[in-house]
Amino acid sequence: MTPRPPHPVYLDNQSTTPCDPRVLAAMLPWFTERFANPHSVEHAMGREAEAAVEQARAQVAAVIGAEPRELVFTSGATESNNIAIKGAARHVAAGNPRRRVVTVATEHKCVLESVADLRAEGFEPVVLPVRPDGTLDPAVLRAALAVPTLLVSVMAVNNETGVVQDLTALAALARQAGALFHTDAAQGFGKIPLDVVAMGIDLMSVSGHKIYGPKGIGALYVRRRPRVRLAPLFSGGGQERGLRSGTLATPLIVGLGEAARLAQAEMASEAARLALLRDRFLVRLEALVPGLVVNGSRSARIPGNLNLTFPAATAADLMAAAPVLCVSTGSACSSAALEPSYVLRALGLSDAQAARSLRIGIGRFTSPADIDFAAAALAEAHAKLAHATIEA
Amino acid sequence: MTYLDANATEPLRPQARAAVLAALDLVGNPASVHAAGRAARRLLEESREAIAARFGARPADLVFTSGGTEADALAVHALGRGRRLIVGATEHLAVRAATAGAAVLPVDRSGIADLEELRRLLREGPALVCLMLANNETGTIQPVAAAAALCRAAGALLHVDAVQAAGRVAVDVASLGADSLALSAHKLGGPKGAGALLVAPALSAMLAPLIAGGGQERGRRGGTPALPAIAGFAAACQAADWQTADCQAAGGAAALAPLRDAAERGAQEAGALPLGADAARLPNTTCLALPGVRADTQVIALDLAGVQVSAGAACSSGKVGRSHVLDAMGAGDLAGEAVRVSLPWCATPADIDAFLRAYHSMAGRLSRRAA
Repeated sequence: MTPRPPHPVYLDNQSTTPCDPRVLAAMLPWFTERFANPHSVEHAMGREAEAAVEQARAQVAAVIGAEPRELVFTSGATESNNIAIKGAARHVAAGNPRRRVVTVATEHKCVLESVADLRAEGFEPVVLPVRPDGTLDPAVLRAALAVPTLLVSVMAVNNETGVVQDLTALAALARQAGALFHTDAAQGFGKIPLDVVAMGIDLMSVSGHKIYGPKGIGALYVRRRPRVRLAPLFSGGGQERGLRSGTLATPLIVGLGEAARLAQAEMASEAARLALLRDRFLVRLEALVPGLVVNGSRSARIPGNLNLTFPAATAADLMAAAPVLCVSTGSACSSAALEPSYVLRALGLSDAQAARSLRIGIGRFTSPADIDFAAAALAEAHAKLAHATIEA
Repeated sequence: MTYLDANATEPLRPQARAAVLAALDLVGNPASVHAAGRAARRLLEESREAIAARFGARPADLVFTSGGTEADALAVHALGRGRRLIVGATEHLAVRAATAGAAVLPVDRSGIADLEELRRLLREGPALVCLMLANNETGTIQPVAAAAALCRAAGALLHVDAVQAAGRVAVDVASLGADSLALSAHKLGGPKGAGALLVAPALSAMLAPLIAGGGQERGRRGGTPALPAIAGFAAACQAADWQTADCQAAGGAAALAPLRDAAERGAQEAGALPLGADAARLPNTTCLALPGVRADTQVIALDLAGVQVSAGAACSSGKVGRSHVLDAMGAGDLAGEAVRVSLPWCATPADIDAFLRAYHSMAGRLSRRAA
């Protein structure tokens, strides 16, 4: 019997991450004594808050090689994706012949829904398949772009499988075809090198709570040269140059800025550490669970994620048998539904295989002991469940 | 530093601070099914229940948003479909921007909406009416319950922006008769980054989302909820004491009224003209015009003296111009010569003394020059 740790072992860092104590420390004064509205630039306290917001904007921009003024703060990546996709489409004149909006079957629900919503507004949504390893074949995108296309939206890193798309190649195809290129980088920002200039990206969505920052804050990169024009999702006081109205949440923004700064500074060392933990976990689990399958590309992936199909037990049963482990069956937003993952289905898994798949998200605060415990606990649960199945 | 710009944002209440910090210690995503996720979910739902209860709504009828602006936009987006829009002349920009082309409901010199005109406008077909409960610049409280009765009789829907009223006067969605009601955490002593839309039970289930996403908020608002800000929102709601039927009554936020009145009287002695002061008002707000002196000049002078007030809504304060609110009230030239003094929940008599010293000094210098 594996000794039970004193607290749950959190291995769901693609769903959300714990707030880094350094981020918390940076945010705190902006919650309390430095509370002013950053738009109250008429008075000293407001200007101080405004300066903090602008510093954070520069910190976020620096991670992706953007200019600070190219970043718009939002409530999170979901809102950023909505603004980017619907905003780009709604800005184009009704007479514009480009009506096609292209995305990929493994995108986050909010991207798929935003693209699908555009059908009612006279646009043509196109959802491309992926290869069995989860990557988008550039030739498939090229073929889709034969029809004049307004926007291509491809995520940087998949939230369930950790698969990294070749954004540079895909963005180049979009550009050649005269289409805008958006990427949902919620799972990639601060984790893999991203450079909007070098990669040719026009729009990029980022999130705070996926990089050890707070929930409730994100940003959208909007290229200025050549300028990408968007219609706002909603209007109001005209903050963020009219693209996103509403009082900016100074403390959350400061938290996002600090989280971005830390992610950038520690990206290489953290990636190396997470890869070691991931390999350690996989070696142990594969030794104990013959027939275990890793879903998605083995090479084009972030180090902190594993998506595993178990040979003889469902994910739901494994989670129930090892309740001290915080792991998931896929995207948190839809995980309560416990339907087979559409992402894994897109990789070619059957419903039954998808139902036997677990997402393991290793993060900044995962220890080697957590890894060892989790591998042993999962193997133990699997053996018990497999045995019970045979008995039955 | 004397902070008298609470209508731009309130200082965080200590109870809200504690709740934010506790929530930041929670690891999970409220949508996750594991133990960490369930703990986050519990906090989210407890927060929803606490806030809904404070405003007389069912938890199921509360949709969390990023703030008041998004809540207003969601209301107009979801309830305004296929309806004519009728909007109060002094509404916040969040409502005005969401209702371009709307019929404008005029107000009188105190800022009170003309209900006879509303009755007339409602004859022209199915409408969504937007009428704020309390104005952000003057604190004027609108006759929302009376407007709701007119709307109901005419088959119209009523959206109420209660962002400035919540936490300062009693707000009960059912007794107001509103079909939807927008709230903002940071205007009642909670953190920035959270708000809510309360929706009448008959309408709430079918609310069309503005932000599509992963099915959060029962499909009515996508995106991982801002749990720490939401927890702080709930704690601030519970801490804000508005157990009073109206702003004249004693206790709670109404305790700010004597301080506000003292500031107003003292400023009048220096030549200020309070605008909208004869209407029912929020207990913490006064709008003070100083004839002949531009509002931005006044704000800068007060700022240099360490007193933080504003020339209008914070969102537009970077571009100081005339106030559309005061223009709608027929304030004439005074519309460009008024500052908003809004007391935070923690205001003290010492704050008022500091304000009056700075105000008298400022008025003495600038009024003389203007004359």
